[in-house]
Amino acid sequence: MKILLAQFFISLIHSLRDLTPIVAVIAAFQLLVLGQPIPNLFEMLWGMLLVLLGMTFFIQGLKLGLFPIGESLAWNFAAKGSLTWLLIFAFALGFGTTVAEPALIAVANETAKVAIAGGWLENKPLAQQHYAYGLRLTVALSVGCAVVIGVLRILLGWPIHHLIIFGYIGVVIMTPIAPPEIIGIAYDSGGVTTSTITVPLVAALGIGLASSIEGRNPVTDGFGMIALASLTPIMFVMAYGALL
Amino acid sequence: MTAYYLSLWSTLLSTLTDVLPITFILLVFQAFVLRRRIANLTKVILGFVLVVLGLTFFLEGLERALFPIGKLMAQQLTTPEFLGLASADAERTWRDYGWVYVFAFTIGFASSIAEPSVMAVAIKASEVSGGTIQPDGLRVAIALGAAIGIALGAFRIVAGIPVQHFIIPGYVLVLIQTWLAPRNIVALAYDSGGVTTSTVTVPLVTALGLGLSSHIPGRNPMVDGFGAIALTCLFPIMTVLGYAQIGQWRTRRATQSGDETDTS
Repeated sequence: MKILLAQFFISLIHSLRDLTPIVAVIAAFQLLVLGQPIPNLFEMLWGMLLVLLGMTFFIQGLKLGLFPIGESLAWNFAAKGSLTWLLIFAFALGFGTTVAEPALIAVANETAKVAIAGGWLENKPLAQQHYAYGLRLTVALSVGCAVVIGVLRILLGWPIHHLIIFGYIGVVIMTPIAPPEIIGIAYDSGGVTTSTITVPLVAALGIGLASSIEGRNPVTDGFGMIALASLTPIMFVMAYGALL
Repeated sequence: MTAYYLSLWSTLLSTLTDVLPITFILLVFQAFVLRRRIANLTKVILGFVLVVLGLTFFLEGLERALFPIGKLMAQQLTTPEFLGLASADAERTWRDYGWVYVFAFTIGFASSIAEPSVMAVAIKASEVSGGTIQPDGLRVAIALGAAIGIALGAFRIVAGIPVQHFIIPGYVLVLIQTWLAPRNIVALAYDSGGVTTSTVTVPLVTALGLGLSSHIPGRNPMVDGFGAIALTCLFPIMTVLGYAQIGQWRTRRATQSGDETDTS
């Protein structure tokens, strides 16, 4: 119990370290540049406290449950087991972690609101919900595919920059075809996905796999996984926008 | 107050459905494919409860603080009074929005210089490079990249330039740099783009972009509001590859001059 509390405290300090620079910059701008009082200061402070507590609980919870299980599974699948199950696991891991990614949930909801305000979407709660879910599922599918490609890449020894070059050629070809109002969101979704929950679990699979195969370097081979996972969402979201 | 609890409750319910898939996937694979029992079940359940509560609080806090403050900053930094314009309809160019770029740059630098995952990447990269790359120098390179990325993202919203006009040339440059940079740094450089955009920075930058595009005349949030995150992922790749190239070049020059003194 004591260890748990100590870990909790460390998590709290980590979250605080994430939040402090941002709060400091905003406060400095408000006081020195804008010279205006913040409206609803109490509400904002309360919200910041919720963000701080939320991050601490979320990360601590992941460390207690999902991270150890996910990492041991990733190592086990990487070390032995059939290729089919490895690929199914890779897809499921990419998909599941992306659905639970906090930043993506928040940005997808916000995007749906903007789409309604701009008249791209019917102003109904159900339409808003469907749009946000559709966006998140598209991104989750694309990350699942990225992890599968990443696994195949490590197994077959494809160089990462070849895949990246092909990927960006794909992005360049799709950009003029996609509707203009989806392009910004599509480009952003790559960076939004690779965050708190996806990065540790997906990287664990990559590093585990690279260290279990002879002739692979865990550092250079294991890490390219994240680069792929921030590339495929761009294409998938543009396709989603073009089909919608 | 009831409305407050109601919104918290509905966030809690939707969070539950967000976290269930990954939990289900991991447990099913553990039980049926690897056929292992879950050690420490109480700890795992406690962890699940914490994850759901944490995500709920985080999303509620975003709605109450980070999203509103990002939009508020965007609004305050673009009012005609703050810009020093005579009237609301006065002619304005991208040059009038200097403070917007300064704010974007500062947020980008401050949020990534102390980011734990940036530090982790920096330490790993210095190990891989065998000492030609200093962890602190690399951190500054990543943070500068993130700062330039957000500032450029703000500039393109103000100026109304499509995001692909920056992204596509950017990636062409990255490809050229990839070809020239030391092999072992490439994968880490690509990753350094993803790690700078933390869970706190992403919503704030999104809110800033949406706020700017809805307060600047002639901009449309849906078309112009996004894209800053994408640029924030791109520029650290460039600065890290550039930093590695400079490091390599310096080492090569040092050994060359060393050789010359040996032979002479």
